[in-house]
Amino acid sequence: MSQPFRTEKGGRIDRTAELTFTFDGEEMHGYAGDTLASALLANGVHLVGRSFKYHRPRGILTAGSEEPNALVGVYRNGDQTPNIRATQVELYQGLQVISQNRFPSLGFDIGAVNDLLSPLFPAGFYYKTFMWPKAFWDRVYEPIIRSAAGLGKPPKNPDHDTYGNLYAHCDVLIAGSGPSGLAAALAAAETGASVILCDEQAEFGGSLLSENSATIDGKDPAVWVSETVARLEAMDNVTLLRRTTAFGYFAYNFVALAERVTEHLPDPDPRLPRERLWQVRAKEVVIAAGAIERPMVFPENDRPGILLADAGRTYLNRYGVKVGHRVLVATACDTAWQAAFDLADHGVDVVAIADLRESPPESLVAIAAARGIRVETGCVVTGTLGRNRIRAALLGRLMTSGKVASGGQVDCDALLMSGGWTPTVSLFSQSRGKVVWDSEAGAFVPGTSVQKERSTGAANGLYGLQATLADGYAAGEGAARAATGKSATISHSRATGGEAGNGGILGALPHDRNAARVKAFVDFQNDVTAKDVKLAVREGMQSIEHIKRYTTTGMATDQGRLSNMNALQIASGALEKPLTDVGLTTFRQPFTPTTFGLFAGVSRGDFFDPVRKTPSHDWVVDHGGLFEDVGQWKRAWYFPKDGEDMHAAVERECRIVRKSVGLFDASTLGKIEVVGPDAAEFLERMYTNPWKKLAPGRCRYGLLLNDAGYITDDGVIGRLADDRFHVTTTTGGAPSVFATMEDYLQTEWPDLDVWITSTTDQYAVAAIQGPKAREVIAPFIEGIDLSAEALPHMSVREATFCGIPCRLFRISFTGELGFEINVPRRHGKMMWDTLAGEIEKHDGTAYGTEAMHVLRAEKGYIIVGQDTDGTVTPQDAGMSWAIGKKKFDFVGKRGLERPDLKAENRKQLVGLLTRDPKVKLEEGAQVTRLEQPPIGTPAEGHVTSSYFSPALERTIALAVVKNGHALVGQTLYVPMPEGSIPVEVTGTVFYDKEGARLNV
Amino acid sequence: MLLIYCPYCEIERAETEFHCGGEAHIARPSDPEKATDDDWVEFLYMRSNTKGIAAERWRHIHGCGRFFNAVRDTVSDKFLTFYKAGDPRPDLEALAREAGK
Repeated sequence: MSQPFRTEKGGRIDRTAELTFTFDGEEMHGYAGDTLASALLANGVHLVGRSFKYHRPRGILTAGSEEPNALVGVYRNGDQTPNIRATQVELYQGLQVISQNRFPSLGFDIGAVNDLLSPLFPAGFYYKTFMWPKAFWDRVYEPIIRSAAGLGKPPKNPDHDTYGNLYAHCDVLIAGSGPSGLAAALAAAETGASVILCDEQAEFGGSLLSENSATIDGKDPAVWVSETVARLEAMDNVTLLRRTTAFGYFAYNFVALAERVTEHLPDPDPRLPRERLWQVRAKEVVIAAGAIERPMVFPENDRPGILLADAGRTYLNRYGVKVGHRVLVATACDTAWQAAFDLADHGVDVVAIADLRESPPESLVAIAAARGIRVETGCVVTGTLGRNRIRAALLGRLMTSGKVASGGQVDCDALLMSGGWTPTVSLFSQSRGKVVWDSEAGAFVPGTSVQKERSTGAANGLYGLQATLADGYAAGEGAARAATGKSATISHSRATGGEAGNGGILGALPHDRNAARVKAFVDFQNDVTAKDVKLAVREGMQSIEHIKRYTTTGMATDQGRLSNMNALQIASGALEKPLTDVGLTTFRQPFTPTTFGLFAGVSRGDFFDPVRKTPSHDWVVDHGGLFEDVGQWKRAWYFPKDGEDMHAAVERECRIVRKSVGLFDASTLGKIEVVGPDAAEFLERMYTNPWKKLAPGRCRYGLLLNDAGYITDDGVIGRLADDRFHVTTTTGGAPSVFATMEDYLQTEWPDLDVWITSTTDQYAVAAIQGPKAREVIAPFIEGIDLSAEALPHMSVREATFCGIPCRLFRISFTGELGFEINVPRRHGKMMWDTLAGEIEKHDGTAYGTEAMHVLRAEKGYIIVGQDTDGTVTPQDAGMSWAIGKKKFDFVGKRGLERPDLKAENRKQLVGLLTRDPKVKLEEGAQVTRLEQPPIGTPAEGHVTSSYFSPALERTIALAVVKNGHALVGQTLYVPMPEGSIPVEVTGTVFYDKEGARLNV
Repeated sequence: MLLIYCPYCEIERAETEFHCGGEAHIARPSDPEKATDDDWVEFLYMRSNTKGIAAERWRHIHGCGRFFNAVRDTVSDKFLTFYKAGDPRPDLEALAREAGK
C-alpha cells in the first residue's frame, strides 16, 4: 500500500510484514518494526496534535521519549489511554489511535482562536486575570479553566490491566544501551558481576541503530549491537530489560524501573501484566542515558514538518522513512550535516544547509559540495510559512553588527534543526549530584558523585563513537571493581567514523521580524516562547525556579529535557547574569511519564487495604446484618429485621440484651499475653492500676496513660497465673499499645524479665451478655463451676467450650451479667454458630456495635478516642479510682502532677440529659453556659456520645465540659441552628447505678 | 529508600522493615517523683531537631522487633553508624570528621 515517504530499501523494519492501523479513524499502513511516529511520517502525516495553550498545529519533533508534541490517545480493549508519545508506540496490527486537544477536527480546531488572541494570554496570564471578582472563582473561572485544561481525555472505565512488581539486587545496573551502555555491560559482565541492563526502547543499541557512517571492528554498528547483545544474553549473570525506563533514582542506589510488558503486542497473554515495576538496589549504577538534541529557537519553529536533525536521521536510517521530499537543514553544529548527507544519498532534495556559523568545517562543506547541496553559512532561519505543514522557510544573514538581513525564502516540506546536544543528566540529578558547567562541551555535565554511580558517554558530555565506547568499557570495569572487587581483561572493540563534531547554540536566535508579533518556542509542550521568559524577568522573576513556575517552561513531562538550556540562556541574557549563576531547575522523577497503575501494582480493589473479618462474618452476612468499618475490621453494626430501620433494630437489640441475652463478636479487641517472673511488675509500671495483689483467676479494668498523663487506652486484664496475664486493648489501639509496651520494656526497663506477645489474631471472642447469659453458655462449658459464688464478676478461668480449651472471662461491657469466651481462632466459627443457635432458645439476639455503644453509654463506660481525645486525664474522666495511689511509678504518674493537669477549669466528663427527653443531641455539638451566647463566646465543651436509651425510654448523652463535675444539676445549653437546647448536667452512669445487675 | 543495618540481626535491610522512633538517648528519669516540672517537660517534649549529624532510635518492626540506635546525617540522609540500645552514644563529632563533614 502507498507509503509515499518510505525509502526504497534500508532500515530495521520488516517490509514483508505490513500492518494496518488507524489514526483518527483513517486507515493507514506501516511495517513491523515501525513506531507510530515513523509509520505516520511514512504516510506523510506530520500534523498529529494541537498545542496546549494556543492550539497551534503540531507535528512530530523527535524520535524518542523526549517528544513534546506527538501525544496521542491509544485505544485498547475498548478504552483509550491519553497522552502516549507516538515516538514510543510500537506499531501492531489493528492499532487504533486518536489525536488530542482539538475540536471539531485536527485540521480545523476552534481552540486555535487562542493563537490569534495570544496577546491576551502572556506568561502569568492566570495570575493576572482570574483575580477578581472573588465570586467568579467557583462558578465562572474554575469551570472554564477546568474544561480547557489538560491534554487528552481521561479513560472512562476502571483500569482493567494488571501491573507487576518485583525487587531485584545487582552488582551493576546500567541505564541505557547505546555504545557506552553496551560496552559498560560487557565489561562489567565479563568480571562475573551480576548486571542489569535496561533501555527504554524496544531494541538495544541506542544511537547505533541509526548510525551508518561508522563501523565498529570493521562491522556495521547494528551488527556489532546484535553480536554484543547475543553475547550478553548468553551470560547467566546478566538480566536484559528492553522497553524498560529507569525513571527514578532514590537514596542508597535504589533505582526504579518501569518495564512495558504487553503494550506493544496486538493480542497479549492475558496473564501478563501491562507493566512491571522493578525496584532495584544496585551496588553500582552506570548512567549511560546519552544526550538529546536541542531545538533552535527561531520564529515559528513549531510548525509541523520541523524536526530535530538527528530524529530525521533516525527515521531515515532506522525506519526507512523520509521526513520530506524537499528538506532544509538548519544547524549550529556539525552532526546535523550527516543527516543532510544521508537524506541526499536516499534521493531526498536537500534544498540547503543553513549553518549559523560563519565557517563550518571545510571537510563538511566539501562533502556537501560533492553531493551538490547548497550551503549557506552565517545564516539563520527567521520564520516559516505554511498552515498545517511547513511549505517554506525564511532565511536571514547574520551581519557583523549583530543584526540580521533578509536572506530570502526557500521552499521545503520539512526542516531539520540542531542547536547542539544536551547530556541527559536527569538520573544523575535525581541521585542528588550537582551538575557542573563544561565550557568545552557547552553543557552541564555530571559533577561529583553523591551516590555510587558514574555517568558515561554522551550523558557525561563525551561525544564521538570511539570515545564513548572506550568510556563505556572503563565505566563498566570501574563499576564492577567497585561493586565486587573483581576485574577481567576483555578485548575492546574499536570504532572508526562517527566523530564528535563541534558547535552548538543556546537561547533565542536573532531575526529581522517584528518581535512583538512572532512566536519562537522554547518549551513546545507548555507553549512557552522566548518572549514569555523575557517577560517573566521584566516582571521581577529573578530565580530560575520562579521563572519556571511563572512561565511553566520545563514543567510537566518535559522536565526541562528539551527546553531547559534554551530557557536558561534567554533568562541569563535578560537577567544580565552569566548562565552558570542563573542555575538549573531540578530534574524530578519520573524521567518519563509513568502510569499510576505501575505504582499501585496489586494494591487496588480488595487488595488496596486488607480487610479483617471476624469469625461471625459469614453468619452476619447470612442473617442480614450490616457492617461497620473499624480500622481494617468489618464489624457487625446492627441486624435489621422485617424492614426495621437502624433506630428500631438497635432499640430491639438493646431491649433483648437487658431482658434476656445477646451475643456479640468481640474478636477485634486487642489481646496481649504478658508472661514472665516480672509480668506483674511490668503491668504495675505500664498501667495506672495496682496489679501485684490481683489474685490469679481475677480480672481488673486497666487504664493506660502516656507519660504526659493523658488516657491512651483501656481494657480488662485477667491474671491467669502468678506469671501470666491476658491483657485486652481497644480494637484500634492494639498495635500502638503493643508497640508502646515493647518500647518501655526494651529501652527503659530492660532489667525486667517479661515476654509480651500479640495474640489478637490467635483468639476468637464471643461476648454473651444479659440475665440469661449463664444459662446460654452452661451446656457447652466444662471443667469449671459457673455459679456466682464460684465465678464472681471480674473473674477469669481456663475451661473447655465444646471440648475446646478456652479462656472464660466473667466481665461486662453492658452492665448485665456477661461472659467473654476466648477460643483458638480456628474454632471461632464453631463457637459462634453454637452460641447463635443456643440464644434463640432463650429469645436472645445477636447484637452489633451500635447496640454495644448504647448499652455501654447507659452505664457510663467510656470509649477511648470517642469520649477522650488525647487531652483527657483519669481525673477529667472521673476515673481517679483507677489510679494506684501508693505506686512508686507508672507511665503518666509524673505527668499527672504537672500544674496544667491539676489546674481549675479542665474539661471533665459528665452526663447530659435534654430537658425534652425526645431530643437527641448531635455528637460534637458545642456546650455553652448562655442560651444565646454572643458570637465569639468560647464553648464550655462538646458532646462526645449521644444515643436514644431504650432502658431509660429517653435520650442520653456524654460530654466534656469545663469544671463539669461541679456543674452537676445545673442547666447548660447546646446551641443549634434550630434553636438552643437546654440540658441538665448529670453523672455519667444513667442505668443501674448500684451495679446490681452485674452481680447475679 | 534507605538501607538500614540492624545490629541485632546483623543484616542490612530496606527502610520499609523499620520504623523511626525519634531522637535517641532521651532517658526517662529513673525517679520521676524527684523530677521537676521543667525536667519532665524537657523529657516529654524538647527535641534538638538537628540539622546534620544526629543519633536516632529505630525499630526493626518487621524483623526482630528490637529497638536500636543509628547515627544519620539529616542533610545527606546517610547513616554513619548503627548500635544496640543501651550502648553509649558514639562521638558524633568524630563520626562527622570521618564522614568529611
